[in-house]
Amino acid sequence: MSQSTPTRRGADFYILAAFFGLFVLFLYGPMLMIFILSFQGPTGGLTFPMRGVSTHWFHDLWTSSRYGDLSGAFRRSLILGVMAMLITATVCLFAALGFRRRFWGAGPIFYLSIISLIVPGILLGLGISQLFQILGLRLSWWLSGLGAHLSWTLPFGLLIMFAVLNRFDSSWEEAARDAGARPWQVLRLVTVPILFPGLIAVALFGFTLSYDEMPRSLLTVGGKNTLPIEISNMTTNVTTPALYAIGTVTSAVSFLVIALAFAGIAVIQRQRSRAKRGKN
Amino acid sequence: MSARSPGSGSQLTPYLQVAPLALLILALVGIPIGTVFMLSFWESDGISVYPAFTWQNYHDVLTASVTLSLFANTLKYAAIVLVATVLIGFTCSYFLVFYVRNLKWQIGLFLLCTIPFWTSNVIRMVSWIPFLGREGLFNQMLMQAGLISQPLDILLYSDFAVVLTYIHLFTLFMIVPIFNSMAKINPNLIEAARDAGANPFQILTGIIIPLSKTGIALGSIFVVTLVMGDFFVVRVMSGGQSASVVSAMKNEIDQLFYPQASAMAVLLVLVVVLMISAILRVVDIRAELAR
Repeated sequence: MSQSTPTRRGADFYILAAFFGLFVLFLYGPMLMIFILSFQGPTGGLTFPMRGVSTHWFHDLWTSSRYGDLSGAFRRSLILGVMAMLITATVCLFAALGFRRRFWGAGPIFYLSIISLIVPGILLGLGISQLFQILGLRLSWWLSGLGAHLSWTLPFGLLIMFAVLNRFDSSWEEAARDAGARPWQVLRLVTVPILFPGLIAVALFGFTLSYDEMPRSLLTVGGKNTLPIEISNMTTNVTTPALYAIGTVTSAVSFLVIALAFAGIAVIQRQRSRAKRGKN
Repeated sequence: MSARSPGSGSQLTPYLQVAPLALLILALVGIPIGTVFMLSFWESDGISVYPAFTWQNYHDVLTASVTLSLFANTLKYAAIVLVATVLIGFTCSYFLVFYVRNLKWQIGLFLLCTIPFWTSNVIRMVSWIPFLGREGLFNQMLMQAGLISQPLDILLYSDFAVVLTYIHLFTLFMIVPIFNSMAKINPNLIEAARDAGANPFQILTGIIIPLSKTGIALGSIFVVTLVMGDFFVVRVMSGGQSASVVSAMKNEIDQLFYPQASAMAVLLVLVVVLMISAILRVVDIRAELAR
């Protein structure tokens, strides 16, 4: 695979490469299989062989009432994903900037964020839903549900922002301040543009983690379900390839978002290396 | 510490910058966990919960014979999955770091391992059904090869399916931290060992494994907590035949026994915290991360 060191390739290289290849197959093979099976013919079942090729099960998803409110759940999950993404990126950017200095309470906030990643999701869901109950508030996907999602996306966003800021040279900010920029201008014209690829990564985590979240949502969304909850209900109720069809749809959304984020980062990096080369 | 750098303005600035996160984390993590803790001392009759202070829930959980088997079963899953993910994760990272020298290929293949993280776990679990089922691809292949005459039933809806799904879902949590610590190993160190006459096995056990242990420890924390926090995979992939602590807790929640479920959750978190501190005792992650 690597073209740079043809001299050192012994049997060990090929054994390890084969192992790695098998792992990638293990990682993607099953997914690929349900993508193919979602195009089963109308009489086809949950396993091979394919009985014709059709988009019957995709139509079935949106037209049949058997699967509950799938399009509503899809819309809610997209809205939640975008809200979680925007809040996570904004809150974590400022928090990570603040964490560069020493302040009272830094330790507890950091450890509480890590605890949120460690405790079982359903426990936090139970806590948030019971807290709402005790306070006499109604559960709703856009408030308690969003809160449950943020308890999952914020810690990830914070850790990634830490990693991004590790490589950030704050003398850029200092130079801008010395040149007379106000704090707001430093942020808008220096800090955010430099950190932008990192912010895209945080946004990617924010959206996808929220979009696919299930255990924390289960008890907190109230009467209206998100897509992952609908899909997990389908795993026990639906015995047709419609299950694979919804899997293909939701995976397509995930892959599209991943591709957009990667492309965004790649474009920025290419522009930067071009600008650097232009200067030399 | 200079007041100007990094960041600007007064001593108040970091507080203002961190305030939104602090409030959200407190409201969405701190207080809810406190609520569960409080709830574990309340009373319930299966219809409603009542404020009280009783040890009854803990007493019930600790004296029920099923509790021990639930914890044993959950720890069994965690142990098997941990061993498998360490072996797979270490081997894959080792290949990527020390055998793929072209940086573009290295990053590309690494991303290939991480992309599934951003997709749905539910779907990745479901995708094993057409492979493992009675009429699934694996049974078809085995029958065609003449290895078996009847389809195997233990592939799907069994402990085997549960463990396989865990390994499938969680190995990437092992690859990322091990890859990171391996990538930090100075190549000169290995060169020097080789010049001094060390064989590849000695380099592996004397240099690479000791210097990767931060990654192994971090990955182990991820994998253990993920396996021990799961209820969905064990419920679906075992076909309801096996249970873990959290899946039992989920059943109690479904029956509105919130205080009992809370007591179980508190005990589980205690066990998880003990396991994490055991891992941290072996490897000082913070000291190693600063390296």
